[in-house]
Amino acid sequence: MSEFIIKNGHVFDPVQGIKGDKKDIAVKDGKIVETSVLSSSAKQIDAKGKSVMAGAMEIHAHVAGPKVNLGRWYRPEDKLFDSHKTPGMTRIEGGKSIPTVFKTGYSYARMGYTFAMEAAMPPLYARHVHEEIHDTPIIDEAALPVFGNNWFMLEYLKNHEIENNAAYVAWTLNQTKGYGIKIVNPGGTEAWAWGLNCLSVNDPVPYFDITPAEIITGLIETNEYLGLPHSIHIHGNNLGNPGCYETTLDTLKLAEGFKAKNNFGRKQVMHQTHLQFHSYGGDNWGNFESKAKEVMDYVNKQDNLTIDTGNVTLDETTTMTADGPFEHHLGGLNHLKWANVDVELETAAGVVPYIYSPDIKVCAIQWAIGLELALYAKDPMRCFITTDHPNAGPFTRYPRVIKWLMSRKARDTQIKAFKNSDKVVAATNIAEMDREITLYELAAMTRAGPAASLGLSKDYGGLKPGMNADIAVFNINPDNMPSDPEEIEKIFSGVAYLFKDGKICVKDGVVVDNGNKRTFWVDVKVKENKQVAHDVKEKFLKYYSINERNYPVPDSYAPHPYVIAVDATQ
Amino acid sequence: MPKVVSDVTCPFCGTLCDDLEVTVSDDNKKILSVRNACAIGAEKFNHTSLPGRVTRPRMRQPDGTFKEITYDEAIDWTANMLVKSKKTLMYGWASTSCQAMSVGHEIAEKVGGVVDNCATVCHGSSLIAIQDVGIPSCTLGEVKNRADRVVFWGCNPAHAHPRHMSRYSIFPRGFFTVKGHKGRKIYCVDCRYTDTARVADEFIQVQQGHDYELLNAFRTAARGEPLPDTIGGVPKEKVYKIVEELKGGRFGVIFFGMGLTHTLGRNHNIDIAISFTRDMNDYMKFSIIAMRGHWNVTGSGQVLSWQYGFPYAVDLSRRSKARYQTGETTSVDLLVRNEVEACFNIATDPGAHFPIDSVISMSKKPTVTVDPHINMSTEISDIHIPVAMVGVETGGCAYRMDNVPIETRKVVDAPDGMLTDVELLTKINARVDQLMEAK
Amino acid sequence: MKMKTVTLTVKQAPELYLECENITPDTFAGKKIDEIAQLPAYQGKEDTTLGEYFTIAGEAGATAAETQIILKGDCSKMKYIGIKMTAGEVLINSSADMYTGGWMKGGKLVVKGDVHSFCGLGMEGGEFIIEGNAGNYLGASYRGDWRGMQGGIIRVKGNVGSDVCTFMNGGELIVEGNAAVHIATHAEGGKIIIKGDVNRRVGGQMVKGEVIVLGKIGLMMPGFKYTKDVDLEVDGTKAKFAEYIGDLGERHPKRKGEPVYGKIFLKK
Repeated sequence: MSEFIIKNGHVFDPVQGIKGDKKDIAVKDGKIVETSVLSSSAKQIDAKGKSVMAGAMEIHAHVAGPKVNLGRWYRPEDKLFDSHKTPGMTRIEGGKSIPTVFKTGYSYARMGYTFAMEAAMPPLYARHVHEEIHDTPIIDEAALPVFGNNWFMLEYLKNHEIENNAAYVAWTLNQTKGYGIKIVNPGGTEAWAWGLNCLSVNDPVPYFDITPAEIITGLIETNEYLGLPHSIHIHGNNLGNPGCYETTLDTLKLAEGFKAKNNFGRKQVMHQTHLQFHSYGGDNWGNFESKAKEVMDYVNKQDNLTIDTGNVTLDETTTMTADGPFEHHLGGLNHLKWANVDVELETAAGVVPYIYSPDIKVCAIQWAIGLELALYAKDPMRCFITTDHPNAGPFTRYPRVIKWLMSRKARDTQIKAFKNSDKVVAATNIAEMDREITLYELAAMTRAGPAASLGLSKDYGGLKPGMNADIAVFNINPDNMPSDPEEIEKIFSGVAYLFKDGKICVKDGVVVDNGNKRTFWVDVKVKENKQVAHDVKEKFLKYYSINERNYPVPDSYAPHPYVIAVDATQ
Repeated sequence: MPKVVSDVTCPFCGTLCDDLEVTVSDDNKKILSVRNACAIGAEKFNHTSLPGRVTRPRMRQPDGTFKEITYDEAIDWTANMLVKSKKTLMYGWASTSCQAMSVGHEIAEKVGGVVDNCATVCHGSSLIAIQDVGIPSCTLGEVKNRADRVVFWGCNPAHAHPRHMSRYSIFPRGFFTVKGHKGRKIYCVDCRYTDTARVADEFIQVQQGHDYELLNAFRTAARGEPLPDTIGGVPKEKVYKIVEELKGGRFGVIFFGMGLTHTLGRNHNIDIAISFTRDMNDYMKFSIIAMRGHWNVTGSGQVLSWQYGFPYAVDLSRRSKARYQTGETTSVDLLVRNEVEACFNIATDPGAHFPIDSVISMSKKPTVTVDPHINMSTEISDIHIPVAMVGVETGGCAYRMDNVPIETRKVVDAPDGMLTDVELLTKINARVDQLMEAK
Repeated sequence: MKMKTVTLTVKQAPELYLECENITPDTFAGKKIDEIAQLPAYQGKEDTTLGEYFTIAGEAGATAAETQIILKGDCSKMKYIGIKMTAGEVLINSSADMYTGGWMKGGKLVVKGDVHSFCGLGMEGGEFIIEGNAGNYLGASYRGDWRGMQGGIIRVKGNVGSDVCTFMNGGELIVEGNAAVHIATHAEGGKIIIKGDVNRRVGGQMVKGEVIVLGKIGLMMPGFKYTKDVDLEVDGTKAKFAEYIGDLGERHPKRKGEPVYGKIFLKK
């Protein structure tokens, strides 16, 4: 197969502690190898004056599945004058805030991403998620089934039946070809099926009479009992409301005392996602303010937590989440079209368009909070960059977010452009923060860190020989950094090269090969569990609207699987 | 020994029952019996081995008769038609698998087609309404487990979705609905007393074409505002009473069909029904679900949406962009205005369902119809290509009316030598590539 | 401002419909005639040029504001003429097809004939005069967009169809003739004057805005309540009108604690 030598690039690899040194990276048969292994016919790639990193890993985005698609088709205006074809081996692309699957794959690849995690998969709709994953070109993908409002889980964890819950989770991961345990608004989304909600970790779920705190700790225990590659991945209660940072701290504190138990090098027991939406102070929109510092003070102290930011990009976008009651609330605030789907026994989803206008004080403060979280982070290996696409903004804005993180000047320009600049500055700390994220830290926050959190650090997120050859080469020279921050945004908008599994898929921002994307999923073996088998049979017979035999996703939907086997039978 | 294939998904209507049991001859060639299906679904399976089944493509001759041709000849003719035509209508898709649709879209993107599905003459109005105001909805299992107020508005499941009421909406005993239909209040709004109205607790007769006004009255009543004495033939007292009864429930749902989609205002009727549903969420839990007709029209909408961003009427004719405007890129409009040069029908019968002006327009253009049956469309086409029946002789993914994806199974073999949609479209795609490269 | 004129005369009818998104003062401005003739036009997958379908004469101005375009011959199968124009003038001497004047931002567009549907979609400014009839969705928003007509003025000498000014936010429409159904549905602003009759469904789900009807309304929406009689002067006519507020089934913004309703004025 193909051999390449990427010569003279500045390598940024937190896995090996390489902070910009000039180093050659060798690729053979889809893997990174020692340069000595290559033959003389290896193709030379000139990376002089360029930076080389592993392919980036998107740890949380809504890119494939029923609510994403509902967002697409119920917003034809998102594609008006926007649908187009770009040069290269491409199909028609479209969608400013909710890209079509073709645009999704190409856009991630053009920015140097090689992996994306679909943030929330309703198990009943798993087949749909996998159909979209299959049609998304180039990038590897996985999906997290949601468990935080699942009837089986609510009943098992009420009685603290961890072994049963674990058997059920394992069964679901296998049926849905899922990657791990996602929790969204625990208990609150089941309450939403009656139009109610759980706004604190102690609000009991109607009828099931279990609290979100019990759900979260029970699922942490389940996750570590099984030894899954990723930890629980949580969108906590009370998202988006002024003052919610207290609920966030209550949620994060539930991880105290738990230790990660797995064979994948994962150290965290909880990944809190899109933390920006959960770091609000004040008690109304008038005194709304940032609590990013308070939240990060806590996160920095704990070493068993990872987070991702959920940066607001100041665009018109579309919010979509399994936090059904939140979307109903948002639709009531901005009076834009609200879509909702409650899913039997499992979860719900809501979709509402939203415009983050720089003229609105609250939106500007949200923008600041997302950046503050990253700028306060002490360990870039535990703080990852996302936009909770498309909720806080489209993922295609990553280059802009990187610009803001790397350039104080760019942040100041934006702050001055806010209509209510003074009020924004008063309610946040952003104006005083002079930290500028370095390329090395960026590599940790977008590559090595997410890989470790996902339990993929053996093969992904770094440039160590033996790892998968997913490599991004950027036209940025650490010895001659651009003085104009706009250049940073341009540079990260289009890679010089993207290698995926050792094949060049993008060259100078143009797609030249669609690669062989794979679907990652986790296959857990547990001891035979008659109780769970009985419960599954009974619930399908009585409460589900489809038959048990029609629930699983057949192998044909993941024709190129990357299966991570976990043995939880001891 | 005959064998029983169980957990079979029925490929007929949007109810997409997946509990059928089909007994098949042991050589896998003949369906012997079907259990659990309604009469319509059973017929779908039973008619596969009726005599007179067409198993090879046929080409219209100058004298109007049809002559059998080979699949390769049909594929070549079709590919040439697609490559030559400036703008081709590629319509149907509602009765085939998602996997087949995907191949079809690749072809459309290459040759400049407009991909449209049966929503264009059915629940397209509902899709337009959802695009304007969103939709609070749920899966059918939620209705089964929670609903205590069920409204059928302008639809007649007793005829069109026969097992809907017993599987989901009226009779089942669910987790929170152990009393079954005794614990539910059922309302039926229609301009005539249907068989569904017979099963309802209350029938509201609305003057035909006045559903928008009546729903406006429901919304106005829900806000406690004054109303005129009657609206659409319904006295205002009844409107206030029903709104109060609905508010007294815990979980309400509206099922609707052609009574809203095809009467004056079309999408506006559904729009206001959705707005009413949204208003009611201030008092209780309320959802609304469209009674999709074909078993996979929803699937076509899903595949078109994730690939191009629009659920039907997707104009790919510029080949570099996807455009959508119902009223312009929809099949009937394209045909009546003569805005397409050729037609490709698959898995549907526009000859039977489209307004006659558009059928006449289609008959004057080069037309290929892909369908297991001889139907009205095949008889005005230049070529009829029969294929294996999806959901019976070949499997593939389908989407139920509430967008839940369920796999259909292969239950029997297709007659010897017949192609499936996926195989046929793949071959057409390859031939199109050859022809375009030669150009 | 002294204008320069480009005249396009139809020399062959398109087999299907010709997409003429490049016939706008903005696109023509600063171009020579042979450059204009080379501008793309489209029929499905056929890429063609304006010069294939029109004989082009005259001279374009340096800017859109200084450019006048006159179309001669039968344009009834030409789509998208004048879309997104910001200034200048376009005069069509026949009927025109869909999207004429769509997303117009300024300037003046005159059609001496009928227009088909989706014309003046999402208009933001300028003046659009239709001397014949208009089809459906005149001055409406694009599918799914809650931001409809924002500004500008549309005047129709004949009749209009249905779905008129859906999701209107601002601007004005004056119809000398009749209207069909669904006028100002979901409107949140703007003003519509219909001098003839309207069939039904005026102001359905209207949040704010005004519709003034000088003829008859076939059936008033139940969500509209009569309040009082008022005297108004409407486009030169003084008369007494019955004022209706609504849509009472819809949400309404509040100003100083009082709800602000949409209004229908029906001439008595």
